Amino acid sequence: MSGIIGKKIGMTSLYNADGSAVACTLIEAGPCVVTQVKTVEKEGYSAIQLGYGEKKEKHTTQPLLGHFKKAGTTPKKKLVEFRSFENELSLGEVVSAELFVEGDFVDAIGTSKGKGFQGVVKRHGFAGVGGQTHGQHNRGRHPGSIGACSFPSRVFKGIRMAGRTGGNRVKVQNLQVLKVYAEKNLIVVSGSIPGAKNSYVILEK
Amino acid sequence: MNELIKFVEAENAARRAELPEFSAGDTINVSIKIREGAKERIQVFQGTVIQRRNSGAGEMFTVRKISNGIGVEKIFPLLSPNIDKIEVLRRGKVRRARLFYLRGKQGRAAKVKELVKKK
Repeated sequence: MSGIIGKKIGMTSLYNADGSAVACTLIEAGPCVVTQVKTVEKEGYSAIQLGYGEKKEKHTTQPLLGHFKKAGTTPKKKLVEFRSFENELSLGEVVSAELFVEGDFVDAIGTSKGKGFQGVVKRHGFAGVGGQTHGQHNRGRHPGSIGACSFPSRVFKGIRMAGRTGGNRVKVQNLQVLKVYAEKNLIVVSGSIPGAKNSYVILEK
Repeated sequence: MNELIKFVEAENAARRAELPEFSAGDTINVSIKIREGAKERIQVFQGTVIQRRNSGAGEMFTVRKISNGIGVEKIFPLLSPNIDKIEVLRRGKVRRARLFYLRGKQGRAAKVKELVKKK
């Protein structure tokens, strides 16, 4: 599966041929540099490691500095491994937005926006009580019962409750590539993708 | 707005230049392309603009008219390719950007006065 690392820029809309508006997301994708080629003989599995985003040398640790030096590039902020890349790539090669063409279907992986400690209605889509009457006055968004009585005398593992929400790795599948501006390293995909603006996104084909 | 978003939306500039300037209170003719199978025809919707909202690629405007005594409103995306053309028939003299108060008025009270430019 080939892929590229990018940054979410924001959203806008485009018009289809039939006049319907399509919400779309702009992603600044690449240019990425191959920082390591992993092989079955050496690492036990084959993969391509790509680097994206400039980083200052003084903010890079010595081991990583050597890693980038081997690939012959400047230090990169984000490193991501891709298993079974379709094209044959060698160390130091550049992967650009041209990897994708208009009409391709891609998957986008990002880190969803963190929402803090949330109740069950937002976190798991519980319906809440659904009314203010019948004796309810302060428990409209509560989860209700979380188990039975003296048997089993405990709460089962995995019962959905309130807690930290968002901030997870989320993959959105089958987004169509609407436009590719290779000179600006810009890819426009249909629909929305997880994460805030300027957050890292991995596009996979 | 981010420069790259501006760059993508700049493609709409030619389309935007084709359309006349209009704002809330103006009476306009909107020619809408309607596709029926393979055939395409044009339908004209005439009414008063009661609002323009959003900016950039998602800009919309609302047109209100009284059809057979019933108020009818249509919301159009400004840059929609289904809009054949927009004609401004009359400029309106209004003091607000959104004329929702017209919904509660009938007859002469629901009319927007024409804007007469002072020399």
